Amino acid sequence: MSADKTAAAVSLSGVAISFGSGASLYRAVADVDLTVQPGEFVAIVGPTGCGKSTLLNVAAGLLTPSAGAAEVSGRKVEGITRAAGYLFQADALMPWKTALANVAVALEVAGVGRAQARERALAWLARVGLKGFSERYPHQLSGGQKKRVALAQMLIRDPAILLMDEPFGPLDAQTRTLMGDLLLSLWQADRKAVLFVTHDLDEAIALADRVVVMSAGPASRIIADHRIDLPRPREIVDIRLDPRFHALQSAIWRDLKAEVMRAYGDEFAAMGLGKSAGAK
Amino acid sequence: MKRTTLLAWQIGLAIAIIVVWHVLTTYPVISDVKQARFFFSTPVDVAVRVWRFFATGMIWRHLWITLLETLLAFGIGSIAGIVIGFWLARQPRVAAVLDPFVKMANALPRVVLAPIFMLWFGLDIWSKVALGVTLVFFIVFFNVYQGVKEVSPVILSNARMLGMNERQLFRHVYWPSALSWMFSSLHTSVGFALVGAVVGEYLGSAAGLGYLIHEAESTFDMTGVVAGMVVLSVVVVLIDWLVTLIEVRLLAWRPEATAHGA
Repeated sequence: MSADKTAAAVSLSGVAISFGSGASLYRAVADVDLTVQPGEFVAIVGPTGCGKSTLLNVAAGLLTPSAGAAEVSGRKVEGITRAAGYLFQADALMPWKTALANVAVALEVAGVGRAQARERALAWLARVGLKGFSERYPHQLSGGQKKRVALAQMLIRDPAILLMDEPFGPLDAQTRTLMGDLLLSLWQADRKAVLFVTHDLDEAIALADRVVVMSAGPASRIIADHRIDLPRPREIVDIRLDPRFHALQSAIWRDLKAEVMRAYGDEFAAMGLGKSAGAK
Repeated sequence: MKRTTLLAWQIGLAIAIIVVWHVLTTYPVISDVKQARFFFSTPVDVAVRVWRFFATGMIWRHLWITLLETLLAFGIGSIAGIVIGFWLARQPRVAAVLDPFVKMANALPRVVLAPIFMLWFGLDIWSKVALGVTLVFFIVFFNVYQGVKEVSPVILSNARMLGMNERQLFRHVYWPSALSWMFSSLHTSVGFALVGAVVGEYLGSAAGLGYLIHEAESTFDMTGVVAGMVVLSVVVVLIDWLVTLIEVRLLAWRPEATAHGA
């Protein structure tokens, strides 16, 4: 990964994404410019269905945008972005492989010998707190444990940038907090560039250096970009009590609220909730 | 129900059936004893016949032939099903063209093919193997095809993001997925391989369990027919048990495999 050190880690310029064609054309994302600097942790928040995840897929090379260009570490994205690690929302582990094999395979496909790959995978499983779980199959692990295996699987390749698509979305609140802390402590060690998609504003503020707000779809775009000046290293439970956290939360929620309302528009109006759904 | 209670009930039922069979063919309860014995034989006669099968050793040759045909049908049918299933799953255009033909071939009752296979392959084992292959092939083919098609798109995207090329995707994703589908139908396909062998033997052959039963039937030797059926069903149960053992080992990663394993 001979990345250009001065170039942005991720750079999207004028990216638009459409699905279908003709009358059934759906414009998911319209004209997004977004830059993630090396070592920067950027969170994207927005109402459901605003196309947050499709932006990640563009950066990953899993999806070709209908307009605009994507660059990773100064190189144009063409095909799968080798320099990127991707953490999916849904279960992405191979169910027929043990936790150890799932992590080791990420090195094996890159040509690392079996014995060495296993040894390093064991070390990574220990780092995510899964020592002693290496021979378990995914169905024998809890949701949080599976996510930690996936995290080790992504990080063992030492990717230059990390793309995360609501990775902790399916987990319960306590597990989410623990996973957030684990992610922060791993990230603190080598500070890779992160693009983290979530619908949870608290999670975004607690984790990121910058929170980008997207408008409701269709044709969603970036409507706000907030710098999170909370001190690091952070502990999620503590940082949530910080007065600055609350100031940021209400500032960003002002931008986000209108879009959430727009996304649910008629449904909320029908329930008579349109006016009173002010503070979170 | 507890395991031991269940077993007790099962053995009890078997004994009850044998007792009823014995009483009805030994005492003139509903019909003349001689007539009842002609139609149903008796448990004692059948047991003696089965014992004689093994005591004289004549059964081994027939058992071996039937098992060999079953094994060959299963092996050839599985390999063909895997190769063609994979190929069609990766070639959607070819699959679309072949679709009606595959459905037609699969809808055909296989018994009608038996005489054709006898003509083509003769009366020895290969005509029976061919019949079994036509049964096994479609089960394996459909499962492998499904297994490749139904790979979760997230697992596939993740594997791509981990840097896998096409060959590595095949080895780490498509192949295990297809195999798991194939193994889930192992009971059915092994069973059908045996059906192909026995039906083929029944329709024309000089050896095998199907031949044995057919021979007994043509001389109205009901004891021979039932004895042949008993041996055949014990073989089926043994094979099924063996398949379960293999399945539990190979599909250890699947939650369902252990659930219906026992």
